Amino acid sequence: MTDTVASSDAAPPTQAQITAEISAIGREGAGSGEPGQQPRLDYPPYRSSLLRHPTQGLHQVDPEGIDLWAPVFGDRDVDPLEADLTVQHRGEPIGERAVVTGRVLDGDGRPVRHQLVEIWQANAGGRYIHQRDQHPAAIDPNFTGVGRCLTDADGWYSFTTIKPGPYPWRNHRNAWRPAHIHFSLFGRELTQRLITQMYFPGDPLFELDPIYQAITDPAARDRLVARYDHDVTQPEWATGYRWDIVLAGGHRTPTEGNGA
Amino acid sequence: MTLPPTPGQTIGPFFGFALPYARDSALVPPTAPGAIRLHGHVYDGAGDPVPDALVELWQAGQDGVVPQEPGSLHRDGYTFTGWGRAATDRAGHYGFSTVAPGATRDGEAPYLAVTVFARGLLDRLFTRAYLPGDDGALAADPLLASMPPERRHTLVARPDNHGFVFDVRLQGEGETVFLHHERH
Repeated sequence: MTDTVASSDAAPPTQAQITAEISAIGREGAGSGEPGQQPRLDYPPYRSSLLRHPTQGLHQVDPEGIDLWAPVFGDRDVDPLEADLTVQHRGEPIGERAVVTGRVLDGDGRPVRHQLVEIWQANAGGRYIHQRDQHPAAIDPNFTGVGRCLTDADGWYSFTTIKPGPYPWRNHRNAWRPAHIHFSLFGRELTQRLITQMYFPGDPLFELDPIYQAITDPAARDRLVARYDHDVTQPEWATGYRWDIVLAGGHRTPTEGNGA
Repeated sequence: MTLPPTPGQTIGPFFGFALPYARDSALVPPTAPGAIRLHGHVYDGAGDPVPDALVELWQAGQDGVVPQEPGSLHRDGYTFTGWGRAATDRAGHYGFSTVAPGATRDGEAPYLAVTVFARGLLDRLFTRAYLPGDDGALAADPLLASMPPERRHTLVARPDNHGFVFDVRLQGEGETVFLHHERH
């Protein structure tokens, strides 16, 4: 291909091109007065979104019936040891041990109690235990990178893990994802279902990353960044990060089923 | 007090070693009395199957009661929790064994709530799979009535030998109707 029209056969775009696209969409969002609190589903700098976003607007519906409920998880579902990603193998994993903790709240600030939190992540070298991850970084035989827990009666979750490394991907040439942990969350209603990514503070890759930048409101995307919390850090053991999660959109009162 | 919501992000390409689990898609065992298969493909805007999507189901039981029983991850084979998940395979196909939900209210057209995640999809999408059979209830359903007639079929599963087929088209011709729930 010698033409300059972007196509899947063309040379991959450079970071400069992707950054320019990100900036242009950001300026457009700032001018509209309605910066995005949620990621844009149609976000061309993230090339995989091109054919995977709906082109018709989302259809407004009043939640009803099953929408107003969420599945319930309990002690039979989750072993407490699943919250410690550093004890799943015989030896200690390599990397910076970290405690990641916070509260899961609804939009009114009420705790989401006894609900499932799932996480998955790369290891310290930025490598996932997944056959499709071809990044030539070491697999750590002592680290899988999968955890689960239930929030407690005040909505707290806590994981002990290894700080993941950034990793390369093929969205564009020399593309690197900022270090992140994937989080999967349930609320009290189906409408609160959330899968997102938690990032670490001060990452120089933030401004280059089209997934993070797909949330065009800077304040909203900053809500995905944990903060370092020295009160969570444990002496001679692990650094600590605090990240609270707000599941908006709930309507039902939290008192049903748990006596609160 | 209203707290701003935490934004969503794509599920990414590498959830397959983390989120799927044993019998995740078996809300009831395939051999259970009344078991049906709900299955289909997830397609992108070019009509190609999406091999890295995750589909979740949430539904009432046959009696229309919304389960509030734990055990979806434990899957003892006897407890109906109403929830399950299925990753698409290399051909973009997913499948569940479950039961046909009953109406949660008189006159309601029963449906299964479907949530879709995928690499390339920056936030989850909600939709519904209505089951065919009661044309009167479907015609009276407020949601189906509120959308253009030519798009209603995207939310109605079609019968096959073992149950029902529900394809999800993320974009383009026959694009599935995806839902945004109003805040009260």
